Amino acid sequence: MDSPFGLLAELTYRCPLACAYCSNPLNMADYSAELATDEWRRVLAEAGDLGVLQCHLSGGEPLLRRDLAEIVAEAHDLGLYTNLVTSAVGLSRPRAEQLRAAGLDHVQISIQADEPAISDRIAGTPSWRRKIEAMGVVKELGWPLTVNVVLHRNNIDRVAGVLELAEEVGADRVELANTQYYGWALRNRDALLPSRAQLRAAEVVVRAARERLRNRMDVIYVLPDYYSRYPKPCMGGWASRQLTVTPNGDVLPCPAAQSLPLPRASVREDTLERIWAESPVMTAFRGTDWMPNPCRSCDRRELDFGGCRCQAFQLTGDAARTDPVCHLSPDHGLVAKAVEAANADSRADALPLIPRPHGVRPSPRTPTAAPRRR
Amino acid sequence: MYPSTAGTDPGGGLSTSDTPRLARHVRLTFCRTRQRPILQLPETVVVLNGSGADILELCDGRHTVAEIVAELGARYQTVPGDEVRQFLTRLVARRCVELADG
Repeated sequence: MDSPFGLLAELTYRCPLACAYCSNPLNMADYSAELATDEWRRVLAEAGDLGVLQCHLSGGEPLLRRDLAEIVAEAHDLGLYTNLVTSAVGLSRPRAEQLRAAGLDHVQISIQADEPAISDRIAGTPSWRRKIEAMGVVKELGWPLTVNVVLHRNNIDRVAGVLELAEEVGADRVELANTQYYGWALRNRDALLPSRAQLRAAEVVVRAARERLRNRMDVIYVLPDYYSRYPKPCMGGWASRQLTVTPNGDVLPCPAAQSLPLPRASVREDTLERIWAESPVMTAFRGTDWMPNPCRSCDRRELDFGGCRCQAFQLTGDAARTDPVCHLSPDHGLVAKAVEAANADSRADALPLIPRPHGVRPSPRTPTAAPRRR
Repeated sequence: MYPSTAGTDPGGGLSTSDTPRLARHVRLTFCRTRQRPILQLPETVVVLNGSGADILELCDGRHTVAEIVAELGARYQTVPGDEVRQFLTRLVARRCVELADG
Protein backbone atom coordinates (compact mmCIF):
# COMPACT_ATOMS: atom_id res chain seq x y z
CA MET A 1 0.00 0.00 0.00
CA ASP A 2 1.34 3.43 -0.99
CA SER A 3 1.13 6.66 0.96
CA PRO A 4 -1.21 9.25 -0.55
CA PHE A 5 0.36 12.36 -2.07
CA GLY A 6 -2.68 14.59 -2.18
CA LEU A 7 -5.65 15.45 0.00
CA LEU A 8 -8.70 16.97 -1.61
CA ALA A 9 -10.34 18.83 1.26
CA GLU A 10 -13.90 19.57 0.23
CA LEU A 11 -14.68 22.21 2.82
CA THR A 12 -18.32 22.80 1.88
CA TYR A 13 -20.73 21.97 -0.92
CA ARG A 14 -22.34 25.41 -0.65
CA CYS A 15 -21.60 27.52 -3.72
CA PRO A 16 -22.61 30.91 -5.11
CA LEU A 17 -22.59 29.38 -8.61
CA ALA A 18 -25.07 26.90 -10.01
CA CYS A 19 -23.15 25.25 -12.86
CA ALA A 20 -25.01 22.36 -14.46
CA TYR A 21 -21.72 20.48 -14.98
CA CYS A 22 -20.91 20.36 -11.27
CA SER A 23 -19.63 17.02 -10.01
CA ASN A 24 -20.85 17.60 -6.44
CA PRO A 25 -23.26 14.96 -5.19
CA LEU A 26 -26.99 15.28 -5.86
CA ASN A 27 -27.76 14.71 -2.15
CA MET A 28 -25.93 17.82 -0.94
CA ALA A 29 -28.17 18.23 2.10
CA ASP A 30 -26.58 15.10 3.60
CA TYR A 31 -23.29 16.99 3.88
CA SER A 32 -24.52 20.04 5.75
CA ALA A 33 -23.07 18.98 9.13
CA GLU A 34 -19.71 20.47 8.12
CA LEU A 35 -16.48 19.71 9.96
CA ALA A 36 -15.46 22.41 12.43
CA THR A 37 -12.10 24.21 12.24
CA ASP A 38 -10.52 21.97 14.88
CA GLU A 39 -11.70 18.86 13.10
CA TRP A 40 -10.04 20.07 9.88
CA ARG A 41 -6.89 20.81 11.87
CA ARG A 42 -6.79 17.23 13.05
CA VAL A 43 -7.50 15.90 9.54
CA LEU A 44 -4.63 17.95 8.11
CA ALA A 45 -2.20 16.78 10.79
CA GLU A 46 -3.21 13.15 10.24
CA ALA A 47 -2.90 13.61 6.48
CA GLY A 48 0.62 15.01 6.91
CA ASP A 49 1.58 12.01 9.06
CA LEU A 50 0.20 9.72 6.37
CA GLY A 51 2.53 11.25 3.77
CA VAL A 52 0.22 13.79 2.12
CA LEU A 53 2.22 16.64 0.58
CA GLN A 54 -0.43 18.65 -1.22
CA CYS A 55 -3.70 19.97 0.08
CA HIS A 56 -6.33 21.07 -2.43
CA LEU A 57 -8.93 23.23 -0.74
CA SER A 58 -12.11 22.85 -2.71
CA GLY A 59 -15.87 22.45 -2.46
CA GLY A 60 -18.41 23.88 -3.40
CA GLU A 61 -16.88 27.25 -2.76
CA PRO A 62 -14.19 27.07 -0.05
CA LEU A 63 -14.30 30.87 0.44
CA LEU A 64 -17.72 30.39 2.05
CA ARG A 65 -15.88 28.93 5.03
CA ARG A 66 -15.07 31.86 7.32
CA ASP A 67 -12.22 29.86 8.82
CA LEU A 68 -10.50 29.26 5.47
CA ALA A 69 -7.41 31.29 6.39
CA GLU A 70 -7.04 29.31 9.64
CA ILE A 71 -7.25 26.05 7.72
CA VAL A 72 -4.68 27.30 5.18
CA ALA A 73 -2.35 28.43 7.96
CA GLU A 74 -2.56 25.01 9.61
CA ALA A 75 -1.79 23.20 6.34
CA HIS A 76 1.06 25.59 5.65
CA ASP A 77 2.52 25.10 9.13
CA LEU A 78 2.44 21.35 8.54
CA GLY A 79 4.55 21.89 5.41
CA LEU A 80 1.78 21.04 2.93
CA TYR A 81 1.62 22.74 -0.46
CA THR A 82 -1.76 24.48 -0.43
CA ASN A 83 -3.92 25.00 -3.48
CA LEU A 84 -7.19 26.95 -3.42
CA VAL A 85 -9.74 25.78 -5.98
CA THR A 86 -12.26 28.58 -6.20
CA SER A 87 -14.92 30.34 -8.24
CA ALA A 88 -13.29 33.56 -6.93
CA VAL A 89 -16.68 34.90 -5.90
CA GLY A 90 -15.80 36.32 -2.49
CA LEU A 91 -12.08 36.65 -3.19
CA SER A 92 -11.88 40.32 -2.29
CA ARG A 93 -8.49 42.00 -1.92
CA PRO A 94 -8.52 41.87 1.92
CA ARG A 95 -9.54 38.22 1.85
CA ALA A 96 -6.79 37.46 -0.66
CA GLU A 97 -4.21 39.30 1.45
CA GLN A 98 -5.32 37.33 4.50
CA LEU A 99 -4.86 34.04 2.62
CA ARG A 100 -1.49 35.16 1.29
CA ALA A 101 -0.36 35.89 4.84
CA ALA A 102 -1.63 32.46 5.92
CA GLY A 103 0.76 30.87 3.44
CA LEU A 104 -1.50 29.83 0.55
CA ASP A 105 0.75 28.63 -2.30
CA HIS A 106 -1.42 28.54 -5.41
CA VAL A 107 -4.80 29.71 -6.64
CA GLN A 108 -6.97 28.09 -9.28
CA ILE A 109 -9.88 30.18 -10.48
CA SER A 110 -12.68 28.80 -12.62
CA ILE A 111 -14.31 30.74 -15.39
CA GLN A 112 -17.20 29.49 -17.47
CA ALA A 113 -16.44 31.24 -20.80
CA ASP A 114 -14.43 34.13 -22.26
CA GLU A 115 -17.51 36.28 -22.80
CA PRO A 116 -19.24 37.80 -19.72
CA ALA A 117 -22.87 37.08 -20.61
CA ILE A 118 -22.18 33.47 -21.62
CA SER A 119 -20.01 32.83 -18.57
CA ASP A 120 -22.65 34.29 -16.25
CA ARG A 121 -25.38 32.25 -17.90
CA ILE A 122 -23.46 29.00 -17.43
CA ALA A 123 -22.54 29.92 -13.84
CA GLY A 124 -26.16 30.84 -13.14
CA THR A 125 -25.13 34.12 -11.51
CA PRO A 126 -23.32 37.35 -12.48
CA SER A 127 -19.72 36.48 -11.68
CA TRP A 128 -17.48 36.98 -14.75
CA ARG A 129 -16.34 40.49 -13.87
CA ARG A 130 -15.56 39.59 -10.27
CA LYS A 131 -13.55 36.59 -11.44
CA ILE A 132 -11.44 38.73 -13.76
CA GLU A 133 -10.83 41.24 -10.95
CA ALA A 134 -9.84 38.44 -8.59
CA MET A 135 -7.41 37.03 -11.17
CA GLY A 136 -5.76 40.46 -11.23
CA VAL A 137 -5.46 40.48 -7.43
CA VAL A 138 -3.96 36.98 -7.45
CA LYS A 139 -1.26 38.05 -9.91
CA GLU A 140 -0.63 41.31 -8.07
CA LEU A 141 -0.05 39.49 -4.80
CA GLY A 142 2.54 37.33 -6.54
CA TRP A 143 0.69 34.01 -6.60
CA PRO A 144 0.91 31.60 -9.47
CA LEU A 145 -2.48 31.54 -11.18
CA THR A 146 -4.24 28.64 -12.84
CA VAL A 147 -7.35 29.44 -14.84
CA ASN A 148 -9.68 26.47 -15.05
CA VAL A 149 -12.43 26.12 -17.62
CA VAL A 150 -14.73 23.14 -17.68
CA LEU A 151 -15.55 22.47 -21.33
CA HIS A 152 -18.88 21.20 -22.63
CA ARG A 153 -21.18 21.52 -25.58
CA ASN A 154 -22.12 25.14 -24.78
CA ASN A 155 -18.61 26.60 -24.48
CA ILE A 156 -16.11 24.33 -26.22
CA ASP A 157 -16.42 26.31 -29.47
CA ARG A 158 -15.02 29.32 -27.59
CA VAL A 159 -11.76 27.68 -26.56
CA ALA A 160 -9.65 30.11 -28.62
CA GLY A 161 -11.23 33.04 -26.78
CA VAL A 162 -10.73 31.31 -23.45
CA LEU A 163 -7.02 30.86 -24.18
CA GLU A 164 -6.73 34.52 -25.15
CA LEU A 165 -8.40 35.52 -21.91
CA ALA A 166 -6.05 33.35 -19.88
CA GLU A 167 -3.12 35.00 -21.62
CA GLU A 168 -4.51 38.48 -20.97
CA VAL A 169 -4.95 37.89 -17.24
CA GLY A 170 -1.40 36.53 -17.04
CA ALA A 171 -2.27 32.97 -16.06
CA ASP A 172 0.68 30.67 -15.47
CA ARG A 173 -1.42 27.64 -16.31
CA VAL A 174 -4.71 27.12 -18.01
CA GLU A 175 -6.64 23.92 -17.53
CA LEU A 176 -9.16 23.14 -20.23
CA ALA A 177 -10.99 20.21 -18.74
CA ASN A 178 -13.74 18.47 -20.59
CA THR A 179 -16.66 17.71 -18.30
CA GLN A 180 -16.49 14.49 -16.34
CA TYR A 181 -19.90 12.99 -15.93
CA TYR A 182 -20.54 12.66 -12.21
CA GLY A 183 -23.13 14.22 -9.92
CA TRP A 184 -25.02 17.05 -11.61
CA ALA A 185 -22.97 16.66 -14.79
CA LEU A 186 -24.19 13.09 -15.23
CA ARG A 187 -27.76 14.23 -14.79
CA ASN A 188 -27.16 16.86 -17.51
CA ARG A 189 -24.99 14.65 -19.71
CA ASP A 190 -27.12 14.65 -22.83
CA ALA A 191 -27.17 18.44 -22.88
CA LEU A 192 -23.44 18.81 -22.10
CA LEU A 193 -21.70 16.17 -24.21
CA PRO A 194 -20.05 17.86 -27.22
CA SER A 195 -20.05 16.48 -30.74
CA ARG A 196 -17.03 14.87 -32.40
CA ALA A 197 -16.72 17.86 -34.75
CA GLN A 198 -16.62 20.27 -31.79
CA LEU A 199 -13.86 18.25 -30.13
CA ARG A 200 -11.76 18.06 -33.28
CA ALA A 201 -11.96 21.81 -33.77
CA ALA A 202 -11.03 22.46 -30.11
CA GLU A 203 -8.03 20.15 -30.31
CA VAL A 204 -6.62 22.01 -33.31
CA VAL A 205 -6.88 25.29 -31.38
CA VAL A 206 -5.32 23.81 -28.24
CA ARG A 207 -2.42 22.26 -30.12
CA ALA A 208 -1.58 25.56 -31.85
CA ALA A 209 -1.84 27.48 -28.55
CA ARG A 210 0.46 25.02 -26.78
CA GLU A 211 3.10 25.58 -29.40
CA ARG A 212 2.70 29.35 -29.37
CA LEU A 213 2.64 29.71 -25.57
CA ARG A 214 5.08 27.01 -24.60
CA ASN A 215 7.52 29.16 -22.67
CA ARG A 216 4.88 31.40 -21.14
CA MET A 217 1.86 29.37 -20.07
CA ASP A 218 1.15 25.71 -19.42
CA VAL A 219 -1.86 24.55 -21.39
CA ILE A 220 -3.42 21.46 -19.88
CA TYR A 221 -6.13 19.80 -21.92
CA VAL A 222 -8.21 17.05 -20.34
CA LEU A 223 -9.74 14.82 -22.99
CA PRO A 224 -13.35 13.73 -22.66
CA ASP A 225 -13.19 10.06 -21.77
CA TYR A 226 -16.43 9.27 -23.60
CA TYR A 227 -14.50 9.76 -26.84
CA SER A 228 -11.42 7.79 -25.80
CA ARG A 229 -10.62 4.21 -26.76
CA TYR A 230 -9.32 3.43 -23.30
CA PRO A 231 -10.48 4.72 -19.92
CA LYS A 232 -8.63 7.34 -17.90
CA PRO A 233 -6.27 6.11 -15.15
CA CYS A 234 -8.75 7.44 -12.62
CA MET A 235 -7.00 8.99 -9.55
CA GLY A 236 -3.84 7.06 -10.52
CA GLY A 237 -5.54 3.95 -9.16
CA TRP A 238 -8.16 3.49 -6.46
CA ALA A 239 -6.90 4.68 -3.04
CA SER A 240 -3.35 4.79 -4.33
CA ARG A 241 -2.23 8.43 -4.58
CA GLN A 242 -5.10 10.65 -3.45
CA LEU A 243 -7.82 10.85 -0.87
CA THR A 244 -10.83 13.08 -0.41
CA VAL A 245 -12.47 14.31 2.75
CA THR A 246 -16.02 15.57 2.20
CA PRO A 247 -17.55 18.54 4.08
CA ASN A 248 -19.04 16.27 6.77
CA GLY A 249 -15.86 14.25 7.27
CA ASP A 250 -16.44 11.22 5.06
CA VAL A 251 -13.20 9.85 3.63
CA LEU A 252 -13.20 8.65 0.03
CA PRO A 253 -10.66 7.73 -2.64
CA CYS A 254 -12.23 10.41 -4.86
CA PRO A 255 -15.15 12.81 -4.54
CA ALA A 256 -17.44 10.83 -6.84
CA ALA A 257 -17.06 7.67 -4.75
CA GLN A 258 -19.77 8.83 -2.37
CA SER A 259 -22.23 7.34 -4.86
CA LEU A 260 -20.91 3.78 -4.45
CA PRO A 261 -22.63 1.25 -2.16
CA LEU A 262 -19.69 0.97 0.25
CA PRO A 263 -19.81 1.45 4.03
CA ARG A 264 -18.93 4.99 4.96
CA ALA A 265 -15.75 5.92 6.80
CA SER A 266 -15.62 9.20 8.68
CA VAL A 267 -12.86 11.21 10.33
CA ARG A 268 -15.40 11.76 13.10
CA GLU A 269 -15.23 8.08 13.94
CA ASP A 270 -11.74 6.94 13.04
CA THR A 271 -8.24 8.12 12.22
CA LEU A 272 -7.23 8.88 8.66
CA GLU A 273 -4.42 6.37 8.93
CA ARG A 274 -6.71 3.49 9.83
CA ILE A 275 -9.29 4.50 7.26
CA TRP A 276 -6.65 4.68 4.50
CA ALA A 277 -5.20 1.29 5.43
CA GLU A 278 -8.23 -0.76 6.37
CA SER A 279 -11.63 0.68 5.59
CA PRO A 280 -13.63 -1.14 2.89
CA VAL A 281 -14.13 2.12 0.97
CA MET A 282 -10.35 2.22 0.44
CA THR A 283 -9.56 -1.49 0.09
CA ALA A 284 -12.50 -2.45 -2.17
CA PHE A 285 -10.72 -1.69 -5.46
CA ARG A 286 -7.12 -1.14 -4.43
CA GLY A 287 -4.61 -2.90 -6.67
CA THR A 288 -5.68 -5.29 -9.42
CA ASP A 289 -7.08 -8.34 -7.57
CA TRP A 290 -10.68 -7.14 -7.81
CA MET A 291 -10.57 -6.91 -11.60
CA PRO A 292 -12.85 -8.93 -13.83
CA ASN A 293 -12.04 -9.62 -17.45
CA PRO A 294 -11.30 -7.98 -19.83
CA CYS A 295 -9.17 -5.95 -17.34
CA ARG A 296 -7.71 -8.92 -15.47
CA SER A 297 -5.89 -10.25 -18.54
CA CYS A 298 -5.25 -6.83 -20.12
CA ASP A 299 -1.74 -5.42 -20.63
CA ARG A 300 -3.03 -2.00 -19.66
CA ARG A 301 -4.33 -2.97 -16.21
CA GLU A 302 -1.43 -1.18 -14.48
CA LEU A 303 -1.77 1.81 -16.82
CA ASP A 304 -5.44 2.65 -16.44
CA PHE A 305 -6.38 0.49 -13.42
CA GLY A 306 -9.63 -0.51 -15.11
CA GLY A 307 -10.72 3.13 -15.43
CA CYS A 308 -13.20 4.70 -13.07
CA ARG A 309 -15.14 2.63 -10.52
CA CYS A 310 -17.72 5.37 -10.09
CA GLN A 311 -18.37 5.59 -13.82
CA ALA A 312 -18.72 1.80 -13.97
CA PHE A 313 -21.23 1.89 -11.11
CA GLN A 314 -23.20 4.83 -12.44
CA LEU A 315 -23.55 3.34 -15.92
CA THR A 316 -23.89 -0.39 -15.13
CA GLY A 317 -24.93 -0.60 -11.47
CA ASP A 318 -21.80 -2.65 -10.67
CA ALA A 319 -18.68 -0.80 -9.50
CA ALA A 320 -16.46 -3.82 -10.20
CA ARG A 321 -17.08 -3.86 -13.95
CA THR A 322 -14.64 -2.50 -16.52
CA ASP A 323 -15.20 1.22 -17.13
CA PRO A 324 -17.71 1.25 -20.03
CA VAL A 325 -15.63 3.97 -21.70
CA CYS A 326 -13.15 1.23 -22.69
CA HIS A 327 -13.89 -0.13 -26.17
CA LEU A 328 -13.11 -3.60 -24.78
CA SER A 329 -15.80 -3.34 -22.09
CA PRO A 330 -18.87 -5.53 -22.61
CA ASP A 331 -20.88 -2.45 -21.56
CA HIS A 332 -19.25 -0.07 -24.03
CA GLY A 333 -22.58 0.23 -25.86
CA LEU A 334 -23.84 2.45 -23.00
CA VAL A 335 -21.18 5.05 -23.78
CA ALA A 336 -21.40 4.57 -27.54
CA LYS A 337 -25.13 5.29 -27.38
CA ALA A 338 -24.59 8.61 -25.56
CA VAL A 339 -21.88 9.58 -28.05
CA GLU A 340 -24.12 8.63 -30.95
CA ALA A 341 -26.93 10.81 -29.56
CA ALA A 342 -24.51 13.75 -29.19
CA ASN A 343 -23.62 13.44 -32.87
CA ALA A 344 -27.08 12.71 -34.31
CA ASP A 345 -28.35 15.12 -36.97
CA SER A 346 -31.76 14.91 -35.31
CA ARG A 347 -30.43 16.19 -31.96
CA ALA A 348 -32.18 19.33 -30.69
CA ASP A 349 -29.92 22.40 -30.55
CA ALA A 350 -30.17 23.28 -26.89
CA LEU A 351 -31.40 20.66 -24.47
CA PRO A 352 -32.55 21.93 -21.08
CA LEU A 353 -30.03 21.99 -18.22
CA ILE A 354 -30.79 21.40 -14.55
CA PRO A 355 -28.67 23.83 -12.50
CA ARG A 356 -27.16 22.49 -9.31
CA PRO A 357 -28.66 24.21 -6.26
CA HIS A 358 -26.52 26.63 -4.26
CA GLY A 359 -26.66 24.27 -1.32
CA VAL A 360 -28.07 24.33 2.14
CA ARG A 361 -26.77 26.28 5.10
CA PRO A 362 -24.55 24.25 7.38
CA SER A 363 -26.38 22.83 10.34
CA PRO A 364 -24.82 22.81 13.78
CA ARG A 365 -22.79 19.71 14.36
CA THR A 366 -24.86 16.71 15.33
CA PRO A 367 -23.37 13.66 17.04
CA THR A 368 -24.48 11.32 14.28
CA ALA A 369 -24.75 12.35 10.66
CA ALA A 370 -28.00 11.84 8.82
CA PRO A 371 -28.27 8.52 6.98
CA ARG A 372 -27.10 8.71 3.38
CA ARG A 373 -29.63 8.52 0.58
CA ARG A 374 -28.68 6.11 -2.14
CA MET B 1 16.46 12.28 -11.97
CA TYR B 2 13.24 13.64 -13.31
CA PRO B 3 10.53 12.26 -15.57
CA SER B 4 11.45 13.28 -19.08
CA THR B 5 8.90 15.37 -20.92
CA ALA B 6 8.05 15.10 -24.57
CA GLY B 7 8.55 18.06 -26.82
CA THR B 8 11.16 19.91 -24.83
CA ASP B 9 13.60 22.13 -26.62
CA PRO B 10 16.80 20.06 -26.87
CA GLY B 11 19.10 23.11 -26.85
CA GLY B 12 17.02 24.89 -24.27
CA GLY B 13 19.04 28.04 -24.73
CA LEU B 14 20.86 27.14 -21.51
CA SER B 15 24.09 29.11 -21.22
CA THR B 16 26.90 28.42 -18.76
CA SER B 17 26.59 31.93 -17.29
CA ASP B 18 22.84 31.62 -16.61
CA THR B 19 21.88 31.67 -12.95
CA PRO B 20 18.88 29.39 -12.53
CA ARG B 21 16.45 29.78 -9.67
CA LEU B 22 13.31 27.91 -8.68
CA ALA B 23 10.10 29.40 -10.06
CA ARG B 24 8.09 30.96 -7.29
CA HIS B 25 5.24 28.44 -7.63
CA VAL B 26 7.62 25.56 -7.03
CA ARG B 27 8.80 24.37 -3.65
CA LEU B 28 11.64 22.05 -2.73
CA THR B 29 10.93 20.10 0.45
CA PHE B 30 11.76 16.88 2.21
CA CYS B 31 9.11 14.24 2.81
CA ARG B 32 9.63 12.61 6.18
CA THR B 33 7.22 9.74 5.43
CA ARG B 34 9.10 8.77 2.27
CA GLN B 35 12.54 10.00 3.44
CA ARG B 36 13.05 11.55 0.01
CA PRO B 37 13.46 15.08 -1.34
CA ILE B 38 10.35 16.38 -3.09
CA LEU B 39 9.59 19.03 -5.66
CA GLN B 40 6.11 20.51 -5.24
CA LEU B 41 4.24 21.96 -8.22
CA PRO B 42 0.66 23.23 -8.35
CA GLU B 43 -0.85 19.88 -9.35
CA THR B 44 2.12 17.53 -9.14
CA VAL B 45 4.63 16.09 -6.73
CA VAL B 46 8.00 14.96 -8.04
CA VAL B 47 9.96 12.56 -5.86
CA LEU B 48 13.64 13.39 -6.42
CA ASN B 49 16.83 11.47 -5.95
CA GLY B 50 19.83 12.93 -4.13
CA SER B 51 21.57 14.50 -7.12
CA GLY B 52 18.31 15.97 -8.46
CA ALA B 53 17.70 17.63 -5.10
CA ASP B 54 21.31 18.87 -4.97
CA ILE B 55 20.95 20.55 -8.36
CA LEU B 56 17.70 22.22 -7.33
CA GLU B 57 19.19 23.41 -4.06
CA LEU B 58 21.86 25.17 -6.07
CA CYS B 59 19.19 26.87 -8.21
CA ASP B 60 19.24 29.91 -5.93
CA GLY B 61 19.72 32.70 -8.48
CA ARG B 62 23.39 33.05 -7.46
CA HIS B 63 25.14 29.91 -8.75
CA THR B 64 25.74 29.81 -12.51
CA VAL B 65 25.07 26.72 -14.60
CA ALA B 66 28.84 26.22 -14.88
CA GLU B 67 29.20 26.31 -11.09
CA ILE B 68 26.33 23.88 -10.57
CA VAL B 69 27.85 21.45 -13.08
CA ALA B 70 31.22 21.72 -11.35
CA GLU B 71 29.72 21.25 -7.90
CA LEU B 72 27.75 18.16 -8.95
CA GLY B 73 30.84 16.76 -10.63
CA ALA B 74 32.72 17.18 -7.36
CA ARG B 75 29.98 15.58 -5.25
CA TYR B 76 29.13 12.69 -7.56
CA GLN B 77 31.72 11.29 -9.92
CA THR B 78 28.85 9.58 -11.72
CA VAL B 79 26.88 12.66 -12.78
CA PRO B 80 28.26 14.05 -16.04
CA GLY B 81 27.81 17.72 -16.90
CA ASP B 82 25.56 16.92 -19.86
CA GLU B 83 23.08 15.22 -17.57
CA VAL B 84 22.98 18.20 -15.24
CA ARG B 85 22.40 20.55 -18.17
CA GLN B 86 19.66 18.30 -19.59
CA PHE B 87 17.98 18.10 -16.20
CA LEU B 88 17.98 21.90 -15.93
CA THR B 89 16.78 22.28 -19.52
CA ARG B 90 13.81 20.03 -18.84
CA LEU B 91 12.94 21.97 -15.71
CA VAL B 92 13.18 25.27 -17.57
CA ALA B 93 10.89 23.87 -20.30
CA ARG B 94 8.41 22.87 -17.61
CA ARG B 95 8.76 26.34 -16.06
CA CYS B 96 9.90 24.95 -12.70
CA VAL B 97 13.19 26.79 -13.04
CA GLU B 98 13.71 30.33 -14.32
CA LEU B 99 16.90 31.68 -15.85
CA ALA B 100 18.57 34.99 -15.29
CA ASP B 101 21.74 35.86 -17.18
CA GLY B 102 24.49 36.22 -14.62
